[in-house]
Amino acid sequence: MTMTADTRPRTPHTETRHLSMQQALNLALEHSLAADDRTLIFGEDVGRVGGVFRVTDGLQQKFGAARVFDTPLAESGIMGMAVGLAMAGWRPVPELQFDGFSYPAMNQVISQMARMNNRSRGTMPMPITLRLPSFGGIRAPELHGESLESLFAHVPGLKVVSPSTPNEAYHLLRQAIADPDPVVFMEPKSRYWQRGDVLLPAPSDTESDAATAEHETTTPVGTSNVVREGKHATLISWGAMVSTCLQVAEYAAEDGVELEVLDLRWLKPIDAAGIQASVSKTRRAIVVHEAPLTAGLGGEVSAIIMERCFDALRAPVERVTGFDVPYPSGALEDAYLPNADRILNAVQKTLEYRRG
Amino acid sequence: MPSSAPVTSAEVNQVAGHRHEESAETLIGFYREMALIRAFELRASEMYARARIGGYCHLNLGEEATVVGLMDALQPSDYLFTTYRDHGYALARGMEPGKVMAELFGKTTGVSRGRGGSMHMFDAERRMLGGYGIVGGQIPPAVGAALAISMDGPAGAETEAVMCLMGDGTTNIGSFHESLNLAGVWNLPIVFVIINNRLGMGTPVEAASAEPELYKRGSAYRIPGVRVDGNDVIEVRDAALAALEQARIERRPALIEAMSYRLRGHSVVDPARYRSVDDTAEAKAQDPVPAFRERLIEAGHLDAQAATAIDQEVDLVVDDAVKFAEDSPDPSPDELFDNAYATDVANAPRSLPGERLVVS
Repeated sequence: MTMTADTRPRTPHTETRHLSMQQALNLALEHSLAADDRTLIFGEDVGRVGGVFRVTDGLQQKFGAARVFDTPLAESGIMGMAVGLAMAGWRPVPELQFDGFSYPAMNQVISQMARMNNRSRGTMPMPITLRLPSFGGIRAPELHGESLESLFAHVPGLKVVSPSTPNEAYHLLRQAIADPDPVVFMEPKSRYWQRGDVLLPAPSDTESDAATAEHETTTPVGTSNVVREGKHATLISWGAMVSTCLQVAEYAAEDGVELEVLDLRWLKPIDAAGIQASVSKTRRAIVVHEAPLTAGLGGEVSAIIMERCFDALRAPVERVTGFDVPYPSGALEDAYLPNADRILNAVQKTLEYRRG
Repeated sequence: MPSSAPVTSAEVNQVAGHRHEESAETLIGFYREMALIRAFELRASEMYARARIGGYCHLNLGEEATVVGLMDALQPSDYLFTTYRDHGYALARGMEPGKVMAELFGKTTGVSRGRGGSMHMFDAERRMLGGYGIVGGQIPPAVGAALAISMDGPAGAETEAVMCLMGDGTTNIGSFHESLNLAGVWNLPIVFVIINNRLGMGTPVEAASAEPELYKRGSAYRIPGVRVDGNDVIEVRDAALAALEQARIERRPALIEAMSYRLRGHSVVDPARYRSVDDTAEAKAQDPVPAFRERLIEAGHLDAQAATAIDQEVDLVVDDAVKFAEDSPDPSPDELFDNAYATDVANAPRSLPGERLVVS
């Protein structure tokens, strides 16, 4: 699997470390805890155990059980407590163990967390980051392999983001935690153990929010990222599917087809201008996501392209997605998830499209 | 020492030492607040019928003694989480009647600038952290606020506490049990209050709750519970004071069940056909507002003339509130996108007011 570092380096950075996404996330949490003593981490088994995916490993030892603590099995309680803590000025970073475990918490996420700033007329912002191990690809069954971005992106008041590389994971998580609004941070489980270069701020800045604030001015929330430049068509994706798309671009290049790969990163707000810039150039687009097709975010991306690039388009936008079934377990996962063959077929279809 | 055994309010009061004579001034103040809520809610009902108020509108009619007793026990620094039946609490917590009525009318001068409506009164300054339009939605956030207090410093008589209100039906919802467990296992300074008005919309408590003596429902979490007469403002206030004191000093949660009875339907539009004539007659016979008026007259704190003067005075307050609400401006469409997020969001392609209609 090809992993490509960002084409746009972060500023300022002075140190590069080769880390897995799980390690990069752990480091981002450590630095965020150090930067702001109102930052709290809690969830099921995040303290002593360090989380199912070990993303919070060692943090309780470093920062104590008052800052990093275990909760009972109570997803609604966890997210609701985050709301109450945020009201009192804390900056909660709760973890729900798996994507599907957010279903019992939805009342608090949608009815309370997303709306409290609005309901309080701006007096009670909700700087909460919900860390949600997400998507499939690790042979976990339904409720442990869900892709919920379009559910969350549909909710006014929420921001939604998913990193594609360890470097993205570090910087986007710090940006999400520093953000004044509730962010659903969707971690691609299948990429937790893939390694990549992480460009870190100067050591003096890692334990403050200065570098993150600087980052926000150059790359604000909602900015997409061209991870590979091309001219024949744009592959638009996020999370784990970005590296699949990069692989596809390698294959296509062998046949002389130059694919651009756009990592959306933020799924709410969505970078309409970034999509427009890329597709206006390549004139063809394929959206790739793991979530089921119907009412998936691919439909939204496709609509943005239609609204902004109608005259430039040479072919209808293709969508390569999961299917409209509950997430399958075992080997059927391979048939469900978009893969290189399905994406290449869609690329070929757009390239061969001729107006009737 | 934590105890799971329910005790009576009298026992709690004895332990906490809250048996003292009330001054006439205090008692008259209680009556004035109860009468204000009564007048306000009757007028809200009328304004709803005249279509000045839209949406849904749940009234505190019949619960005035509970509302005033609970609110009197709170300190200004305490946090209050309530339900969608929140007008009386907003008034008793000190919000101006005009601003509360304006909120019902959806005007910019409302406590939530007309964006919350009947069910979502909110006033961060007065630490009234919301009415909540979904049953049970308020309980986990209230526990979070209590956790924040316990993280901010040690216990003490002067520390803050949280009061979280709910109806009887709420005790059957999952978040109630998650939240009581959290408050119990972490010893949080929170007082849960069940206002048992005997009906979850139209379903009697006995038909909905496997343990219909709701004050016992904390026992699974070793949270002591008391049942009080919700029609007795003093009894409610004393139980709340004792529970809050326990929350502040011992950092132990408490549960109060206030037996109340609403005089009308679940909301203004509910004709309450599920209630029998006898049932409605009983509710009226127990109506706490005229009962407390009588009690003060009998005790010699008020004469009929003075009581009537209070009734007339609060009517004028409500007249002014309605006038204020009617004269206030509607929100402008330009405000539509305000506060959806804490700050302006870059890269949000459609966060602009909708296109204006072209009128030829």
